[in-house]
Amino acid sequence: MGVCLYLIKKLSSFLTVIFGVLLLTFLLIHLVPGDPVEVMLGESASTADRAALRADLGLNKPLIQQFGSYLSKLARGDFGHSIHTKTPIIDLIKTRYPATVKLALLSLIIGLVVGVPLGIYAALKANHWQDFIVTIVSVRLSAMPAFWLGPMLMLIFAVWLGWLPVSGMESSTSIILPAVTLGFGLSAILTRMTRTSLLEVLNDDYIRTARAKGLSEKTVILRHALRAALLPIITIVGLQMGSLLAGTVITETIFSWDGIGRLLVESIEKRDYPVTQACVLVVALSYVVVNLCTDVLYRLADPRVRRV
Amino acid sequence: MKIFAYSILGLWLIAVLAGHLFQLNPNSIDLNVILNNPSANRWFGSDDLGRDILARILSGVEVSFFVALIVTVITMSVGVFVGLLAGFYGGKVDAVLMQITDVFLAFPGILLAIAFAAVLGPSLTNLIMALCLTGWVSYARLTRGQTMSLRNRQHVLAAQSLGANVPRLLFRHILPLLASVLVVEATYSLASVMIAEASLSFLGLGIQAPNASWGAMLRDAVRYMLVAPHYVLIVGGCLMSLILAINLSGDYLRDKLDVRTER
Repeated sequence: MGVCLYLIKKLSSFLTVIFGVLLLTFLLIHLVPGDPVEVMLGESASTADRAALRADLGLNKPLIQQFGSYLSKLARGDFGHSIHTKTPIIDLIKTRYPATVKLALLSLIIGLVVGVPLGIYAALKANHWQDFIVTIVSVRLSAMPAFWLGPMLMLIFAVWLGWLPVSGMESSTSIILPAVTLGFGLSAILTRMTRTSLLEVLNDDYIRTARAKGLSEKTVILRHALRAALLPIITIVGLQMGSLLAGTVITETIFSWDGIGRLLVESIEKRDYPVTQACVLVVALSYVVVNLCTDVLYRLADPRVRRV
Repeated sequence: MKIFAYSILGLWLIAVLAGHLFQLNPNSIDLNVILNNPSANRWFGSDDLGRDILARILSGVEVSFFVALIVTVITMSVGVFVGLLAGFYGGKVDAVLMQITDVFLAFPGILLAIAFAAVLGPSLTNLIMALCLTGWVSYARLTRGQTMSLRNRQHVLAAQSLGANVPRLLFRHILPLLASVLVVEATYSLASVMIAEASLSFLGLGIQAPNASWGAMLRDAVRYMLVAPHYVLIVGGCLMSLILAINLSGDYLRDKLDVRTER
């Protein structure tokens, strides 16, 4: 019963948040100073064009009614049309979204593959110089933004060494630099988390028991300690997916990676607000869903939390 | 580490003052020296319009710091106020206020600031507004948690039973105890607001040309990376030194004030 009740509670708060996200993104277009239609079309547009766009966006109706039709259109998968290219926005998102997911997933893998082993290493060498170096690097460099790291990596690996393409998505190796740029911050945070939570677990009684039984150090660390230490790591990964998704906006712009983040920036430059609105909504919704999944997974995975 | 951090911050302060003293002009264009390497005349070289990179860096850090300071003051005031109310009253007030912060937290990182800045249109005021609209949430959360635990402290209950009104309880008896936590949070947020400002400027949504900003400079530097790698290296190096120094002093303050919060 506990789990059921928990899921219902979680779901209701999830729906409220989704509603809030929809409301906020809906209101975005109303924040445009002056007349949004004029801003989008420019002053030279004809009166007929303006009236058409106004009607298309429903801006001539009362606010509540606009929100209602916004929601009902969204429910049918209709995000409206791009003002610039006249294509349905859903098509734009369908072509761009997979690229972003691909990039985000690869950076997640990079973050995990680099971060977790480094964290284990640092925990095992706790208070030695190796630990000190790993911690310093991870704590300090995780604070560095993508628009700093991206150009630096680009300069070293693409311009000076010439190993990887500078930008674009033509070659299969194009994804490496943007993925490393994105994954780096995550790996630094994971290193720190893994180190802390492993160190906490290593002092527990059952680890002493495992050692006393004569198990090899490898078994003690990998089978006993790491399993318990992994739980907070799941949470961190979920929480970090947000900054990962937001980071794609900058990273995709730097590396000309045609994902949804770049679509967002392009739409802003062209003042194509319906597209901007849709991109913000899609990224925010992905984040909310990822967070919900993490939370549920976490609760189900940990027997101690499950009972509460 | 502490001395290291403070000397970098001090160095930046001296550099900005010196820039004013020698009246370096960040906007004077000299098309004869486009993308020149660092030299004795121009220590950091020149950019794509032949402007002195050093002068632009110094004017950029000034603007960036100014933005960070304003945003931090505004977001902290609003966030602390909301947090105090939510934490003190609890119940329905708390539920409604926290639901609102939940919605803001549902937007990943800087995305909402980008969206706000985009629809408001690029300008310095709108940049500050966009960063304020999204920045207050973390203060509200932090203050709420702390207030809830302080609310039932004996000195608060004593003051309440002596007839102190709510503003007095909040501002005289609870807020002072939050000061150290907030100072530490503000130091870190100074760095993160500077990063956010630079990110928005990098996307062309922040400080507008010809005014200098590190984000916009970095974007230009990336464009000319093949011909003038010194540009990107210098701007990147400056950014790194400043962010590191601010975060290090944040760590120092945290240890000194003995603040234990999950960041």
